[in-house]
Amino acid sequence: MSTLALPINNYTAKVAKSRAIAEPAWLRWLLIGAALVFLGLFLFMPLAAVFTEALRKGWRVYLAAFSEADALAAIKLTFTAAAIAVPLNLVFGVAAAWAIAKFDFKGKSVLLTLIDLPFAVSPVIAGLIYVLIFGLQGWFGGWLNDHDIKVIFAVPGIVLATIFVTFPFVARELIPLMQAQGKDEEEAAIMLGASGWQAFWRVTLPNVKWGLLYGVILSNARAMGEFGAVSVVSGHVRGLTNTLPLHVEILYNEYNYVAAFACASLLALLALVTLALKTLVEWQAARAVVVTE
Amino acid sequence: MSIEIRNVRKNFGNFSALNDISLEVPSGELVALLGPSGCGKTTLLRIIAGLEAPDAGNVLFNGEDTTERHVRERQVGFVFQHYALFRHMTVFENVAFGLRVRPRQARPNAAEIHRRVHELLNLVQLDWLADRYPPQLSGGQRQRIALARALAVEPKVLLLDEPFGALDAQVRKDLRRWLRHLHDELHITSVFVTHDQEEALEVADRIVVLNKGAVEQIGTPGEVYDSPATPFVYHFLGNVNLFHSRVHAGFARIGEIELEAPEHAAAEDAPALAYVRPHDIDIQREANGGSAFKAVVSFIHPVGPVVRLELQRADNSELVEAELTRERFRELDLHDGETVYIKPRALKVFLSQAA
Repeated sequence: MSTLALPINNYTAKVAKSRAIAEPAWLRWLLIGAALVFLGLFLFMPLAAVFTEALRKGWRVYLAAFSEADALAAIKLTFTAAAIAVPLNLVFGVAAAWAIAKFDFKGKSVLLTLIDLPFAVSPVIAGLIYVLIFGLQGWFGGWLNDHDIKVIFAVPGIVLATIFVTFPFVARELIPLMQAQGKDEEEAAIMLGASGWQAFWRVTLPNVKWGLLYGVILSNARAMGEFGAVSVVSGHVRGLTNTLPLHVEILYNEYNYVAAFACASLLALLALVTLALKTLVEWQAARAVVVTE
Repeated sequence: MSIEIRNVRKNFGNFSALNDISLEVPSGELVALLGPSGCGKTTLLRIIAGLEAPDAGNVLFNGEDTTERHVRERQVGFVFQHYALFRHMTVFENVAFGLRVRPRQARPNAAEIHRRVHELLNLVQLDWLADRYPPQLSGGQRQRIALARALAVEPKVLLLDEPFGALDAQVRKDLRRWLRHLHDELHITSVFVTHDQEEALEVADRIVVLNKGAVEQIGTPGEVYDSPATPFVYHFLGNVNLFHSRVHAGFARIGEIELEAPEHAAAEDAPALAYVRPHDIDIQREANGGSAFKAVVSFIHPVGPVVRLELQRADNSELVEAELTRERFRELDLHDGETVYIKPRALKVFLSQAA
């Protein structure tokens, strides 16, 4: 009997304890209800609307929206921009986080602020900066034109803008993690005869792999979904410089709602996949901690 | 391999962490750097290791200057206070790390690495943990693995930074005895940093007492404990009672009594401080001549094998701390508020700095 009684006692003790610190029931339900209504109105309804509108005229029309040449070009360009921007920011982010978290140098706080700049600046301004630098009337516009290099209203401009807006994600994810881990393990590696390069590959990088993956996923999501900065530098040339978000806008402005929502649903799906991946990574990272705990 | 430190200085901004330190560690000795936190002992250890560069001065291994030599080439094993085990590697991989990162020509083959790692794990008596990850180990186990890892590269010098600082009292005691035995077996020149005087007294061949970035005293545990060179060393190596006194011709006068202080035979009526350890104070029921103070027992704390007493001097009501064995305490049958006579059995007198 005593073996049965024990867990019950534990259970009641737990309930009693939680009651002791809980708010009254009506308040709890009011707060939970408010949160649910907010979520429904601002997250679930728009999501549902995207898919309903996209499928309004049936699957055939929905799928037809993607087989159009301009849509395919937009999808391809979006993936190209992300495929260039994300790896570059991966390398940059790891390098910056490594320098900031593991070394002391002059101008460290300036570098930290610079990394945050893309978060602080409006994406439209970011796009404009590139127009001012590389545009025909810009600083390097004349020189670029003479050498027949197109940056603004072309793919390089879109890639540049994408790199700018996704700049902070990897570094911001890694810096606190690396700072919390300290320098001890790297110093131990060096004392054991490892070169700086070996210490980085064998100790520093494996210690932050989950944080890094998380940063890359977020960075990728932003790269594919970016509108403002890309819109300024793209020039909206159909089939050439239109990314998926820009394509959605054009279709919508032309009253082609089904196609617009179809493309939008693709972006929404991308977001959902990102969320799923992010959850998976978080779960894996938590498990890695538990396993080694 | 012997270590020699010559006139090492190190500043952090305006703070002088090490101020002209010189000391020698003979080959095969186990030396403790002892001092309160902030005295520069860890900085000194890190300079020996090469993890920090001194602002001035040199570190010599076997008479050869290493100041310009890279950490990797110093053949130094370092054990960190918080272990610094590689958390994503198994215990086996942690210990194998130093062998695996060697350049290809010097790297042992897989079978040899396997043999060496298990040999070291056996040495620290933790072979059965080879497949675990560091966070699955207890603190004492982690520190032993950290030691095995440091020994894997066959260091000529072993440096330990507060190796037992993060452990429980009991594990600490076991581990420091074990470290002493290990050192007697391997005879690697070793330096360890500690702020725990008991640890230093028990484990080290020699103790270097540091304070505010300077060496206060270097000596065997016996020398440092029994004849402290400075008041600081006296204070730092255990509880102490302090008496203001005047010294004249080899006698120290404390209140109404006079005690012998032969080391100050030349002093003439000089102000001085006399130090007496609580266990060097005897308590008597009767005055028995002129060399005992009258005092009142104000507190009695039995602590394990000893009984600590707080007594108030009758002449100036200063507090004196005494430590009696249980046996002696029972013999005297003392109670709060009783008047007794206290007699210092051994005292150390330091003349006050000319003020």
